[in-house]
Amino acid sequence: MAIWITENTKVLCQGFTGKNGTFHSEQALAYGTKMVGGVTPGKGGTTHLGLPVFDTMAQAVKATGAEASVIYVPAAFAAEAILEAVEAEVGLIVCITEGIPVLDMARVREAMKGSSSRLIGPNCPGIITPGAGKGCKIGIMPAYIHKPGTIGVVSRSGTLTYEAVWQLTSLGIGQSTCVGIGGDPINGTNFIDCLRAFNDDPATEGMIMIGEIGGSAEEEAAAFIQSHVKKPVVGFIAGATAPAGRRMGHAGAIISGGKGAAQDKIAALQRAGVRVAENPSVLGLRMQELLAARGMAPAR
Amino acid sequence: MKIHEYQAKKLLADRGVAVPRGFAATTAAEAGAAFAKLGVGIAVVKAQIHAGGRGKGRFAGAEDGPGGVQLVRSKAEAEAASQRMLGKKLRTIQTGPEGQEVRCVWVEEGSAIARELYLGIAVDRAVGAPVMMVSTEGGMEIEKVAEEHPEKILKARVHPIWGLRTHQARTLAYGLGLSHDQVPKAVPFFQALAKAFLDLDCSIAEINPLVVTKSGDLIALDAKINFDSNALFRHPDVVALRDEAEEDPKEVEASRFDLSYIALDGNIGCMVNGAGLAMATMDTIKLHGGEPANFLDVGGGATTEKVTAAFKILLSDPKVKGVLVNIFGGIMKCDTIAQGVITAAREVKIQVPLVVRLEGTNVEKGKQLLEQSDVKIIPASSLDEAAAKICAAVR
Repeated sequence: MAIWITENTKVLCQGFTGKNGTFHSEQALAYGTKMVGGVTPGKGGTTHLGLPVFDTMAQAVKATGAEASVIYVPAAFAAEAILEAVEAEVGLIVCITEGIPVLDMARVREAMKGSSSRLIGPNCPGIITPGAGKGCKIGIMPAYIHKPGTIGVVSRSGTLTYEAVWQLTSLGIGQSTCVGIGGDPINGTNFIDCLRAFNDDPATEGMIMIGEIGGSAEEEAAAFIQSHVKKPVVGFIAGATAPAGRRMGHAGAIISGGKGAAQDKIAALQRAGVRVAENPSVLGLRMQELLAARGMAPAR
Repeated sequence: MKIHEYQAKKLLADRGVAVPRGFAATTAAEAGAAFAKLGVGIAVVKAQIHAGGRGKGRFAGAEDGPGGVQLVRSKAEAEAASQRMLGKKLRTIQTGPEGQEVRCVWVEEGSAIARELYLGIAVDRAVGAPVMMVSTEGGMEIEKVAEEHPEKILKARVHPIWGLRTHQARTLAYGLGLSHDQVPKAVPFFQALAKAFLDLDCSIAEINPLVVTKSGDLIALDAKINFDSNALFRHPDVVALRDEAEEDPKEVEASRFDLSYIALDGNIGCMVNGAGLAMATMDTIKLHGGEPANFLDVGGGATTEKVTAAFKILLSDPKVKGVLVNIFGGIMKCDTIAQGVITAAREVKIQVPLVVRLEGTNVEKGKQLLEQSDVKIIPASSLDEAAAKICAAVR
């Protein structure tokens, strides 16, 4: 078990025949992801990586019964690609694209009201349910750092997620599902969506949550953890040393008007019972300690 | 991306927002001519830099003199005021102690002020849309008002497709205590600003103060607009307004190579892939008692060319006494990065201690390359160890 995706999830790729779409689809296939085809307008009817290419999402979903779609379309066209996937009623839409205008995402969010589709991202590494031999990898994360297991990981940052996952795997602790929700100010799935799903997932025994400065998503997540989550949670907030008013790479990572500082987020998480790692290098270790304290330390 | 006040006023005026008449000037003679052209008794000369707090700011070398906003009553006064500003460095609460050189002034007609209000729009991530804010506390820092008197800020969600509805604008206007004859002037003003925000892909649009004149008209006495840099591809007219002289030259250079660079005050240069990991690396340096000189995200797909450019930018900062490279190679292979580091270090002849931590795909090959190279590198196997080593090296 895992959240949202399993080895049986049928996945389409939008922007399939482009450089990124091709490379990451190959990687996904190698990991055992059930890729069923892709969409590139103008190339419908051809074959790519041994899979059918369609002109539109409507055709692709009808022909393949896909349940998920991953988007590698350039930023200028990515919002349109998300909307096309929503129209085609794909259940899970994972948008990897970085640099989408924020007002485009505001319009996407407006258009998704009332839709049953879930959007992950944009500007994120994607989602992976590690498998032994067969897993489901939807995104750009390196496959080999993962190991199937019981820890759910959710993060706003890409490479920092890899850091946490790699620490877990190096300690012999596997992951149920890892979700990168992306660093943009307006995105789809948020921390609480992931924490709720992990909390309800019988195969997940603990969670790592990696936040960063800016906004109030971490504080809201802390409130949710306090009232709902019974499983052990390890947290980290990146950007404790960031100066106010400067945007730290991610459009969302900015301390403004005295809001969004790391100290406030850390305090909120600690009040909620989250074990906050003081140093990003000990995320895995802290999880191991929490599991051991509950007699759940995994076999090495 | 930021622009000057006079540019913002022009953009807004073109879109139906009332602004005072005025002219930009780059010499004292032009400023005097601008005063004459305005044909009014009182005008204001305003220093144009990309920072707020200009009125209270002071010029370097004239700390007891007037600030960056001066009232003038004649052509001669306009010339004298702009003479005191042009070519001088203006220090405000937002510029830092160095100050920013004034290259242009804006000369506009004086306004007879009855009330000063605040009007602004920003994207509110919690709401997932732009939000218009108004307050009776014009001229003050809105952050301060938000902290001390949150009840004095009224908000309306700007629908990202419809814009600001008439009833929303009306509610805000009445909330500000505007009179029955002023509200019909405020509604189109607010809606025009909201439309400009959406049409131009702004990230911030702020009118502070928004002035009610003695004759009951509304006018934008100041204007600040920032743009979403991700949306500039569809606004070439906005890109043309960019003034690189106002930006940190290292940040300008970094943006050419699509690197995300932010100058900080410390002495340890950092090069990292990914924004979150870059921030975490800065934090870890600080935990070990060091101070990062910068934030630098080389992105997910760094090439040798990018790594070299990043090195050059880092080392152009004379404060940098050591460099930490922290790469978690995912799709990007560690041996590729190692090669990039070696090539770049040779090319820029690095003279300061260099700590490199590599993890991820092909890490062994990467480490081997570094060991065999003639570049002096202090290797580290974890983020923590890397931070400890660079902090020790610069001490």
